[in-house]
Amino acid sequence: MSVTELRPRTPAEAALVSLAEAAGTDEDARSAAIEALRREGLPHRRIEAWHYTDLRNLIGRRLGKATGLDAPAGSACDDDVLSPLVAGSTVVDLEAPEDTSAPDGVTITASNDLADWHESPNHLDRPLDTVRLVNAAFGARVAKVAVAANTAVAAPIELRDGIGARPHAAVAATVGTASKAVFVERIEGGGSPAPASRVSHLTIGDGATVLWIIDQAKDSDAAYLGQLNVNIGANATFKLFVLNAGGSLVRQEVHAVTAGEGSEILMRGVNLLQKDQHVDVTTTLRHTFPHTTATETFRNVVTGGHGVFQGMIKVAKDAQKTDAKMACNTLLLSEDGDFSAKPELEIFADDVQCGHGATAGAINADHLFYLMSRGIPAPQAKALLVKAFVDEMVEELEVEAAIADALTGKIDAWLDHSH
Amino acid sequence: MLEIKNLHARVADEGTEILRGVNLTVQDGEVAAIMGPNGSGKSTLSYILAGRDDYEVTEGDIVYNGESILEMDPAERAASGVFLAFQYPLEIPGVATMTFLKTALNAQRKARGEAELMTPEFMRRVKTLAAELKIDAEMLKRPLNVGFSGGEKKRAEILQMALLEPKLCVMDETDSGLDIDALKIVSDGVNALRSEQRSFLVITHYQRLLDYIVPDKVHVLYKGRIIKSGDKDLALTLENEGYSQIIGEAA
Repeated sequence: MSVTELRPRTPAEAALVSLAEAAGTDEDARSAAIEALRREGLPHRRIEAWHYTDLRNLIGRRLGKATGLDAPAGSACDDDVLSPLVAGSTVVDLEAPEDTSAPDGVTITASNDLADWHESPNHLDRPLDTVRLVNAAFGARVAKVAVAANTAVAAPIELRDGIGARPHAAVAATVGTASKAVFVERIEGGGSPAPASRVSHLTIGDGATVLWIIDQAKDSDAAYLGQLNVNIGANATFKLFVLNAGGSLVRQEVHAVTAGEGSEILMRGVNLLQKDQHVDVTTTLRHTFPHTTATETFRNVVTGGHGVFQGMIKVAKDAQKTDAKMACNTLLLSEDGDFSAKPELEIFADDVQCGHGATAGAINADHLFYLMSRGIPAPQAKALLVKAFVDEMVEELEVEAAIADALTGKIDAWLDHSH
Repeated sequence: MLEIKNLHARVADEGTEILRGVNLTVQDGEVAAIMGPNGSGKSTLSYILAGRDDYEVTEGDIVYNGESILEMDPAERAASGVFLAFQYPLEIPGVATMTFLKTALNAQRKARGEAELMTPEFMRRVKTLAAELKIDAEMLKRPLNVGFSGGEKKRAEILQMALLEPKLCVMDETDSGLDIDALKIVSDGVNALRSEQRSFLVITHYQRLLDYIVPDKVHVLYKGRIIKSGDKDLALTLENEGYSQIIGEAA
């Protein structure tokens, strides 16, 4: 026996392993992942990538208080889940992807593959990848979505968990040369004791354009681990929008790497936080080819809870003329909430433009006075300013009105609810 | 219209006293100019009239149409008809100009118990006023004041004023940053609003603006007090002789 257990598992880790074992009948395929989960446990604050989201502790608290651990609940399904974020989308049930009636030029198939957790795209993480490990241990099978070359897919492709199924899914999407596509990751549903998970891999061909939307609106008792990995071809455009508007414990990772010259990356996100939430967005952006550009901005509205943003931009030695900018702006509307931001630049090339900035503060008093001096009452003026702060992220995406309206609609619903 | 009685005010944070007993009356339909050297308290007075909470009134009162407004917040004052045209209008990214105008107008109407204005009528009014003030329709599609030049911002202030139809217009150095053409457009806009029911408090450094907006009264503010009042000729005297003569007389 070559495996040495370095420390005993915490009760929560042991419970998580039991939940994984109970998560299906195909345990053989998952056994390596379950074994690794048993062996390595969950990351904690001394693992740099998890410093602000101590998963061992947070899952521990969660499983410690959960009752009925042996009864994993399926995703709750309310009526509005049935209508896609953007009307007219092709909806893919990730539990049965082959049942989708795919549009021309798009092939959607099921597979028996599990996420590959053996290494992490984040060099600040453990040697293995936690999100993928959980995803594989709970048996998520990779659904494959392939967009052929030179194909403009008119309607967004919405990827969602199977109805009433286990809340773990995996996707491998490829978009062929010079094609265009929009993907929506729809993350909804209630809380099973173990965290739900979603791992996606997106490969964008040369000259292709992809908009990827992560619409996370889990129920208030749910834990969720998400990861999007993106490979961006030469002269390709990748736009990302992340909306976190729900969940109790959420970690969303985005790991992007350029795979050719001239690629353009535009990442925008809005994190809406209220009491009792812990929401973490961790991104890595690797520029490995010359002449690539990236702008990354996250805006956070905090009425309570804990928010985390970790953004890493790495520029390789050969990636000259990289132009990369990152910002994280937080509006703290309550003294009960907090937000931790950790922007990082790691630059090995000598002819680049890179910058990062993080701000946190209350509503601008001058702006508030100006609006009120025109007769707009304080609550309405504040709401207008908060909405403006986050709506700018949607505007900067520069996407068609139907998509922008759907996103601002989601944001407005949260703001109306919280004010 | 407006009666300022022995008004003392200081900066709320640090306690520096800026107004030291201002007495001033503005009649219905009157255009009163307030002139004074830098640091005399002109802008502070305009902010206090609009209800900015960075300043604390320690003594005296502001009576507007028979009622003290000291306890009213800026939005309530605006709904009751007080308008401040800012010296430096703020840029507010993300707030669309038209949304802002409509929200402000309807909030005021609602506060006064009037029906909200429907969009077609609102659009008609804005377009008419914008044309008069030579404001490009494209400008109105931008976020509030974002990317506007100094002159465009001042014209946008006058557009807001004309749309909201206030009773008391406080204009804080509206001429600053305006070239002569823009000054004329802005002044025409203001003059078009002059009426028996509307009063103006025009704050300025220079007499130049008062060639275009001819005042009924001129008051000189110095070290937080009105030290001299007169008719429009007082502005010309100041232009010719500077403030030192009057300050000397008052001392």
